[in-house]
Amino acid sequence: MGYTLNFNLIWRHFDKLWGGLLLSLELAVISIAIGIVIGLVLAVWYVSAGRVVRTIIAGYVEFIRNVPLILLVYLVFYGVPTVIDLAYSAPTSFVVTLSVYSGAYLVEVFRSGLEAVPRGQLDAGKAIGLTPWQRLIHVRLPTMLRITLPALSNTFISLFKDTSIASVISVPELTYGAQWINFNTFRIVEVYLVTTAMYLVTGYALLFALRLVERRFRAAR
Amino acid sequence: MATSSNNSPALLAIAEVSKSFGPVAVLRSVSLQVAKGEVVTIIGPSGSGKTTLLRCVNFLESYDSGSIRIDGKEVGYRDSETRQRRSERDLAAMRAETGMVFQSFNLFPHLTAAGNIMLGLTKVRGKSNAEARSIAEHWLGRVGLAHKADSLPAELSGGQQQRVGIARAVAMEPKILLLDEITSALDPELVGEVLAVVKSLAEDGMTMVMVTHEMAFARDASSRIVFMADGGISAVGPPKEVLAAETTNERLRTFLARFRASHF
Ligand SMILES: Nc1ncnc2c1ncn2[C@@H]1O[C@H](COP(=O)(O)OP(=O)(O)O)[C@@H](O)[C@H]1O
Ligand SMILES: [Mg+2]
Repeated sequence: MGYTLNFNLIWRHFDKLWGGLLLSLELAVISIAIGIVIGLVLAVWYVSAGRVVRTIIAGYVEFIRNVPLILLVYLVFYGVPTVIDLAYSAPTSFVVTLSVYSGAYLVEVFRSGLEAVPRGQLDAGKAIGLTPWQRLIHVRLPTMLRITLPALSNTFISLFKDTSIASVISVPELTYGAQWINFNTFRIVEVYLVTTAMYLVTGYALLFALRLVERRFRAAR
Repeated sequence: MATSSNNSPALLAIAEVSKSFGPVAVLRSVSLQVAKGEVVTIIGPSGSGKTTLLRCVNFLESYDSGSIRIDGKEVGYRDSETRQRRSERDLAAMRAETGMVFQSFNLFPHLTAAGNIMLGLTKVRGKSNAEARSIAEHWLGRVGLAHKADSLPAELSGGQQQRVGIARAVAMEPKILLLDEITSALDPELVGEVLAVVKSLAEDGMTMVMVTHEMAFARDASSRIVFMADGGISAVGPPKEVLAAETTNERLRTFLARFRASHF
């Protein structure tokens, strides 16, 4: 063991990691927000649609779930601009990719939640004269949300970690910052120790915040 | 209150309604008229179509033929000839005129007792929050739950939940109230408090069609009793007649005998 830990160089370049973490969070938040919209719209559409629409939505979900994210990232960043004349930055390209990716996972979460809403609640909504749209907003979605919150939290944490893949197209997020420091200082152990700690702490902070939200909803049951 | 081209005195007029689930005929040409203020109780063995009939009256279930009218207005279809289904908006408006109380309560779990009652008042009846709240409090008082207005369903006993369920239905001021075995899911000691509420509504003149296995209550509270068997109405009349042990209706006698054997 001739290797002695020396964190000085890491702290000198810490802004690369800190700025990277903030960008990771930004990528995750924007992509998840868009993914939630995609997921909700498609899930609601799925449960009320006929076979053709269901097959198409299921096809989208199956495709995304069976292709590694890193390939999708390459495909969107290098492939799409080659085929159609469209220029976009690496961060934009990644946000598009992660949104479509998270959308597919969230469709599944929301769809199973919607289907788990007890029939009797929907009947009760009908019986007091709510229209289909009102039943969706005031009966089905609130119950679906409470059913799906635990699964949602796990999906969000997992999507936050997936932002590390943006490093392969040089988006300066946390993992990219770690690689940069490694190339420039050769303190490989130190930089990945610190980076791992940053992912862990952020992940746990997110989980803690989401569990608090869950508990509030659970109390309302 | 007569608002129709049809001048039948019945508030609810079910005429020759039939329905099948696939190959299974569940309702076979059922006809029944209920006058304003009447309390009609439906009894009969499990699977005889009681629930399905109630659910057809507010079109939670569609039916294959026949006609159901409330206050002269055809339920579910634009008219019984073309059988063109009403728009969802129309159906919602019609269902708001019919209250329903379910065996499994079916309260909205994310809303408080008052919130459950207020939802229809605000979204369907267009009342302000304050107005809806005061109506909700009034009805919660009527069912003995004024102190539980802000409790969530999970914090209430079965009997309390069912009383909220009744309050939610009657707060909409329906023309007719449908009750489907509303005490069947309750522990025996909680049945009385729910039946007391139903009794007081009957005394107020609320028109009701209820399915129940509480024979003593049916005898005391009903204007008429309907006995259903195999998707049809096998007997109908005043409680004393229908519940008489010496009835000549073979199926009814078997049902009552079996019922007495298991419940007394
Ligand atoms: N949604 C449904 N699909 C298929 N069969 C049904 C459905 N609902 C009820 N049935 C059948 O219709 C018959 C009558 O049911 P129901 O109206 O619930 O009877 P009851 O309330 O008198 O017990 C039963 O044989 C039941 O199995
Ligand atoms: Mg039934």
